[in-house]
Amino acid sequence: MRSPKWSRMAVLLALLTVAEGCSALGAQEEDVVRVYSGRHYGSEKAFELFGQETGIDVEFLFGSDADLRERLKTEGEDTLADVYLTVDASNLALAANSDLLRPLESKTLVDTVPARYRDPQNRWFALALRARSIIYNPEKVDPSELSTYAALADPKWRGRLCLRNSTATYTQSLVASLIAHDGFDGAKAIVQGWVDNDPQMINSDPEIVRTVSKEGCDVAIVNHYYLAQELAKNPGLDARIFWADQDGRGTHVNVSGAGVTRYADDPELAQQFVEWLATEGQEVLISESDEYPVNPAVNPADLVKGFGPFKADELEASRIGDLNPDALKLMDEVGYQ
Amino acid sequence: MAGLIIAPVVAIASEALTPSLDFWRDQWSTRLPNMVTSTLGLLVLVGVGTLALGVSLAWLVSAYRFPGRTLFRFALVLPLAMPGYVLGYIFLTTFSFAGPVQSTLRDWFGADAWFPEVRTMAGASLVLCLTLYPYVYVLALTALQEQGLRTWQVARTLGHGRIRAARRAVLPGARPTLAAALALVMMEVLTDFATVQYFNVNTVSLGVFNILKGRADRAAATELATLVLVFALAVIAVERALRGRARFHQRGARQFLEPVSLQGGRRWAATGLCLGVLTAGFVFPVLRLVTWVEIGGQVTARQYLEHLSKSGLLAGLAAVSCLVVGLMVTSGSRLSGGRATRWATRAVLIGYTLPGTVVAIGVLVVFKVTGDLMPGVTWQGRSLAVLGTTTLLGVLYAYTVRFVPLTTATLDASLEKVTPSVVMAARTLGARPGRILARIHAPLVRSGMMAALLLVFVHTLQEISVVLLLRPFGFDTLSVWVWDLTANSAWEQTGLPALTIVAVALVPVILMIRAGTTSGRTPVWERALVEPAMTTPGNRGAGQIGGT
Repeated sequence: MRSPKWSRMAVLLALLTVAEGCSALGAQEEDVVRVYSGRHYGSEKAFELFGQETGIDVEFLFGSDADLRERLKTEGEDTLADVYLTVDASNLALAANSDLLRPLESKTLVDTVPARYRDPQNRWFALALRARSIIYNPEKVDPSELSTYAALADPKWRGRLCLRNSTATYTQSLVASLIAHDGFDGAKAIVQGWVDNDPQMINSDPEIVRTVSKEGCDVAIVNHYYLAQELAKNPGLDARIFWADQDGRGTHVNVSGAGVTRYADDPELAQQFVEWLATEGQEVLISESDEYPVNPAVNPADLVKGFGPFKADELEASRIGDLNPDALKLMDEVGYQ
Repeated sequence: MAGLIIAPVVAIASEALTPSLDFWRDQWSTRLPNMVTSTLGLLVLVGVGTLALGVSLAWLVSAYRFPGRTLFRFALVLPLAMPGYVLGYIFLTTFSFAGPVQSTLRDWFGADAWFPEVRTMAGASLVLCLTLYPYVYVLALTALQEQGLRTWQVARTLGHGRIRAARRAVLPGARPTLAAALALVMMEVLTDFATVQYFNVNTVSLGVFNILKGRADRAAATELATLVLVFALAVIAVERALRGRARFHQRGARQFLEPVSLQGGRRWAATGLCLGVLTAGFVFPVLRLVTWVEIGGQVTARQYLEHLSKSGLLAGLAAVSCLVVGLMVTSGSRLSGGRATRWATRAVLIGYTLPGTVVAIGVLVVFKVTGDLMPGVTWQGRSLAVLGTTTLLGVLYAYTVRFVPLTTATLDASLEKVTPSVVMAARTLGARPGRILARIHAPLVRSGMMAALLLVFVHTLQEISVVLLLRPFGFDTLSVWVWDLTANSAWEQTGLPALTIVAVALVPVILMIRAGTTSGRTPVWERALVEPAMTTPGNRGAGQIGGT
């Protein structure tokens, strides 16, 4: 008596799941660009605007960058995704080195995106920039006491630091840039110095900003846009940005960007989308996220503009990506949590 | 069937067969010891905590009368509806240095006002205890209810105090149920990473997650996952040991102890304890979420309803799928009882012991291999490899692998009630396995089935990793919405979706509670099956359940 009921349920189940899938693949006739996006913060506005301006729909699936790469690897030739949009140079490098992206021939992108912010083989292009620099509480610290990332290893900062955990890609990229400039051993000494200063490890940039403001620690290292967001919420925030290494190599800059997948259904459409994001779409792309534009012709949001100009590290983003495994190894060795 | 279930695990395991020795040498001297000790520490703390909390609360509401007892008896299950990671970040943002509690303390008592550090093992354990104790609580209640407390009554007549009698007479009988509850709790702790990640507690599961994220080294991640498996096997072994060898067939009247009124200060202490636990685990987080809700903020009503319906659909489908497979696996093992089927039942436990991301990747591999093996077969013009991620099949498969053990556990517990003699009698009378299944097993496990369905429903509703990795385009659930926000530390914006998850999860939780209370009215023929044949009409009347 139960068996027929089960087989009925099983059939119903199968029908429902296939039906869900049909709707996903059904819309293949119209022009659609499908995006796997590891990037959040309001990219949807940009997607909508693209759709309005060009009549090409954008379907997106956001997820964790690693997950999305696994999907692309499995789906192989039959993947539905046309564009891989993500944050952090290491994620872009991993995608490119796993052969998931195709090289593009695009004059627009090559002209708009500076060479150090794109893949040497043109498999990915940065679309927005973020600076990871030092923030401080003006009530406790005078900016003249600050200089470089390495200087935070000075014992005078003992017990006064807040740092992001090693599991955050932002931390990994910062350490990678240290390795690029100072070599593995040099970078190791710096990070060891940070660890010796007994920092509070907080796995969230906004939480770090708030902790600095409340005097839980005096200095920290965060992405600039998190400071902007917290300032927007609370103009009375006691946290200011300090551009690190201005007398030397410049402040560490990371990228968020995109590439066209190797097996995209319509690579030209996908390329058009990426080009648009770098040009007409720049402003709306960075408006919600408070990032810096990669396109020099576009201005950042006002609050961010208020941080003032700064000298940016000219290190190629691709090198940051390539050094990621070394950064991980380094942090394991010094016990950076 | 069991083969299909463990296929993704095998797929993943095959990747682990080529170990990257350098990686392991490095890790051994750096992160691994800390990961192992953290995991052990967390397991012990949460295991002991939930056991203490769950058992004592269950005993409290069963054996004593105090203000609010009837309410608390049911309400103490409510924290099940709260996802652990949600409680985790609510807890952190409220009690951390920059949060409102410590800030207010500093306003009152100056900058040196002390408050315990929250980003610790203790903090993580507290949060996990609060979300997981309901498992122990519910199972302890069931154990107390179904014990047939003749032994307890006998112990009382021999002069033991109420609690002592309980410890010596009731507890041993409740061991299997409590052992199962403990195992369940420990598995949850083992596979959790979303809750612990902000507490600076680096468990092995979190390690797996981080390796996948940072190194894209699938092999290393799966190798680390085998460590999780080792822990899980240890947990299962502990559970089997605690369970003991006794076979527990339901015999005797389902009588329960008469609650005794507590006097004086103890009454209010009992009320206070229950109220405290309920507030910490449910009321406080819900209120916090309510303060965070911004209507008309970032989403339209239509988007909200879409997320809601997708969550509900997925949870429902997953529950049904797990139940169907669970029934097949459990009854299969009961009917044939052969070695192979017994191992099959044990093998499906594996899915529950692995972190969601690992199972999801295993499923991806299975689909890829299927697609490669059958290149001629296409679906909508694409290879079978894509079937998993363009339909719900991938997600459902992964959820089945992951949560079938929940159904087999509840069904197993119900089926323990069936005496082998009944089954044998039926077979000698010529009943085929299907008929035995339908006419004997299935009706008896009705409540077990309900519980299984509801458990999987709640789990799926709250789950993130699998649905994030495997869902098709356009299928965003409430949990995906919450993840998107928390990945950006935008916790204050999670008010609406997180609250909805809790609200929807409340439905099955309340249903489970209600099913528990109406279990007093069992059909006569079921009672006849489980009571000795000497039951007389007079006895039956006396055997009605005293308390529910």
